[in-house]
Amino acid sequence: MSQDILVVAEHLNGAIADVTYEMLGKGKELASATGGALICAVLGSGVDPSSLGCADKILNVDHPGLADFNPEAHSTVLSSVVTTAAPRLTLVANTSMGMDLAASLSVKNDLPLVAYGLNVAIEDGKVIATSQLYGGKICAESELEGDSVIVSVLAGSFPAAAGRMDGSPAVETVEAPAAVTDTRLRFTGLIEPEAGDVDITQQDILVGVGRGIGSDEHLPMMEQLAKALGGTVAASRPIVDNKWLPKTRQVGKSGLKVTPKIYVALGISGAPEHIEGMKDAELIVAINTDETAPIFEFAHYGTTEDLFDVVPALIEKLT
Amino acid sequence: MNIVVPIKLVPDLVEELEINDEGTDLERDFLSYKINEFCDHAIEEALQLKEAHGGTVTVIGVERDETDKALFTALAKGADKAIKITELDEAAPTHVVAKAVCNVLAGMEYDIVMTGVQAADDRDGQLGVLLGSYLGIPHVSVVSDVSIDGDTIALHKEYAGGVMARYEVASKVVLGVQAARQTPRYAPVSRVRQIMKEMEIEEVEAADADVAIGSTLRRVYTPEKGEGAEMIEGSAEDIAGKIAAVINEKRGG
Ligand SMILES: Cc1cc2nc3c(=O)[nH]c(=O)nc-3n(C[C@H](O)[C@H](O)[C@H](O)COP(=O)(O)OP(=O)(O)OC[C@H]3O[C@@H](n4cnc5c(N)ncnc54)[C@H](O)[C@@H]3O)c2cc1C
Ligand SMILES: Nc1ncnc2c1ncn2[C@@H]1O[C@H](COP(=O)(O)O)[C@@H](O)[C@H]1O
Repeated sequence: MSQDILVVAEHLNGAIADVTYEMLGKGKELASATGGALICAVLGSGVDPSSLGCADKILNVDHPGLADFNPEAHSTVLSSVVTTAAPRLTLVANTSMGMDLAASLSVKNDLPLVAYGLNVAIEDGKVIATSQLYGGKICAESELEGDSVIVSVLAGSFPAAAGRMDGSPAVETVEAPAAVTDTRLRFTGLIEPEAGDVDITQQDILVGVGRGIGSDEHLPMMEQLAKALGGTVAASRPIVDNKWLPKTRQVGKSGLKVTPKIYVALGISGAPEHIEGMKDAELIVAINTDETAPIFEFAHYGTTEDLFDVVPALIEKLT
Repeated sequence: MNIVVPIKLVPDLVEELEINDEGTDLERDFLSYKINEFCDHAIEEALQLKEAHGGTVTVIGVERDETDKALFTALAKGADKAIKITELDEAAPTHVVAKAVCNVLAGMEYDIVMTGVQAADDRDGQLGVLLGSYLGIPHVSVVSDVSIDGDTIALHKEYAGGVMARYEVASKVVLGVQAARQTPRYAPVSRVRQIMKEMEIEEVEAADADVAIGSTLRRVYTPEKGEGAEMIEGSAEDIAGKIAAVINEKRGG
């Protein structure tokens, strides 16, 4: 039975995503404990592998049809790569791209999958994965059976620094299957976010508002607080989906990653997808009536008082 | 086009989640269930497409508490047909549910399957991707802005930082919907009640799905709290005062 760990590299516009280094760092640790090799699969076109030096070997599937992520093409190729490499464990990012890869690999290659991985270990030869479920309120520990298994890993679970290593690992070129060019699904372009609004990634002070504000009628109050603080209003995803604020204000997995000095979270539960975007703020203050809200695990200060009672009082204190 | 939307009931996350004495699952007796919010978005996007281009919307749910209500609510919003899958264990893993949904789809004419992008309560992958893979049709996760032009379906897939990829497909496809183009519509209770009298839910028994998911749940627990937040108590006034103080200290420093 192979003890190799295979990490699927994620990249967009030629840039390798941080989560790839996170998985490589973790993969290295697992591979050295089990005596296997750390393999990194790169499915793309002209991707520069020089920062993937943490891996012992790179399986490079280089084809113009893989230049932009295509769930159909990439999952077909990954399936054949995993069939050939037969790793003990395949690590895929639990991201927008990885979601399309991990579950389809599980079906195509008939391999067990555990998703939303916060941690993965090999104990007594068994792969154990910890998933983050229920919006971050519950963790679930699973044991995966079989010689080859898949875990999809949440971004931010491991330090990226551990896997970011320059070097020149052995690069093995893998021929792309013909199917890559005749997919039913066609990639037709990337859309970059609109500029023009304030850049929340450059702000020192952010007031993050969530569904707990109830209605857009209450936004002016939140703006007033932001003004009193000398900051800007940012938001969780539902606020943006409701079109109460533009997409440029969205903090999180599918929004922006922010690292302000101060982040005041108002009526935000702290779902993992939101936390991913703001957990590195220097000071986090959370106001949420639910004492079990995961946001309190990341906040430095918190209160379960109603935000509509605290915010007006706070505005008064600050002005 | 004919659109099928599988919908899922999930525990309401705003409520406290307790773990059973064995530490193997949630204490389910007192949980309240509601439709997964991303399913609501999938229903909305499907109805928007139907209203613009014709076709039908069919919702499918697995029998459990609240399934009938969720299906009737979808009908009240404008879906044409509702199917309930019976004889399937409530705790069936997503791979098994995906197989069961495949079996239902086998007897239907459909062009697009729209699932919610993910649900917060399971660990073995997202149904939409599993479904597409079992059916051998393309799948895309984290989708918004679906449009139809003749036989071609166009859509956006969201990445981090507000970057989106555009795709087109002229075959059957499964889309894991993240967000509808507008806030999901609301169906008044009176309308739902009326629909319950006028329409029926079709029931389909799940065929035996012989899928071993290959993983066992060992333990369920609430995450160990790290340092956690220092909780501020007192009147709103006191709390505001303390928050202002820590913020001012940080601003000053
Ligand atoms: C692929 C994917 C990507 C995603 N990307 C993002 C992302 O980039 N950013 C993001 O934010 N989310 C993202 N999400 C969504 C995420 O899963 C959550 O649904 C979302 O973060 C919840 O937002 P919320 O905290 O505002 O709402 P909720 O989870 O509904 O929380 C509202 C909170 O307000 C509290 N509250 C209610 N009333 C009051 C009151 N009067 N006073 C004080 N507190 C009150 C409640 O206790 C509750 O905790 C993504 C999801 C997926 C599947
Ligand atoms: N038991 C189920 N019944 C019907 N639809 C489901 C079920 N489980 C998952 N789905 C669909 O798949 C989406 C993602 O859920 P999940 O696969 O649990 O992450 C949901 O929003 C539903 O659209």
